[in-house]
Amino acid sequence: MIDIALKLAFASVSLAQILAMVRLIKGPCIGDRILALDTMVVNAIALIVVLGMWGGTQLYFEAALIFAMLGFVSTVAYCRFVLRGDLIE
Amino acid sequence: MIDDLIGQEEAFVAWLRSLDAVGIADAATVVMLCAGAFFALVGSVGLLKLDTPMKRLHAPTKASTLGVGSLLLASMIHAYAHGEGSVHEVLIMAFLFVTAPISANFISKVNLHREDVDPTPPPPKDSTWATFDTSPQDKAAPDRP
Repeated sequence: MIDIALKLAFASVSLAQILAMVRLIKGPCIGDRILALDTMVVNAIALIVVLGMWGGTQLYFEAALIFAMLGFVSTVAYCRFVLRGDLIE
Repeated sequence: MIDDLIGQEEAFVAWLRSLDAVGIADAATVVMLCAGAFFALVGSVGLLKLDTPMKRLHAPTKASTLGVGSLLLASMIHAYAHGEGSVHEVLIMAFLFVTAPISANFISKVNLHREDVDPTPPPPKDSTWATFDTSPQDKAAPDRP
């Protein structure tokens, strides 16, 4: 039962990642592209977590945590660069 | 009466023992996995489908965050049911839930300042919205190299 649910979660999150990538390529304005990158980071965290459940290991959680932190920092950095023109004033 | 209560307690403990704890945890894991997968997919479909930038901002910042939260909860239940439990996921969940509104606020500011969206309506009390409220000397300052 859990195997089927894990496969379903893998398929759904992968499809979500592909859809976000379509918006990243298509996105008419910069805000859309930043948002698509943010969504892709969140979906990557979901994929890592599901992979950890699949393998029954705790090894991947540090990777997921670092992904979360780097995703937030990169989103804020992109937004500040677009808003202010530079990052460190 | 006390004898009755003691009898009920023993019956309750027997009922608890008769429950299949691992089976219930597996069922909860499956439910959380399905919910998380559904919400993650809804977030990305909304990101692709909605038609204006501010509408598109709604879908991933709420639905995808909830989806990842559900998947992390499923992972915690799974870890407690099989082998030793872990609370690492709470860390990721708290971090994601705290930072998602902040990044959404920044992206909406980007949308507003780049004028990709409709102009904002006038604020009810002040002269302008706070994010547009730059001081005159900052406006007059030349662009940095």
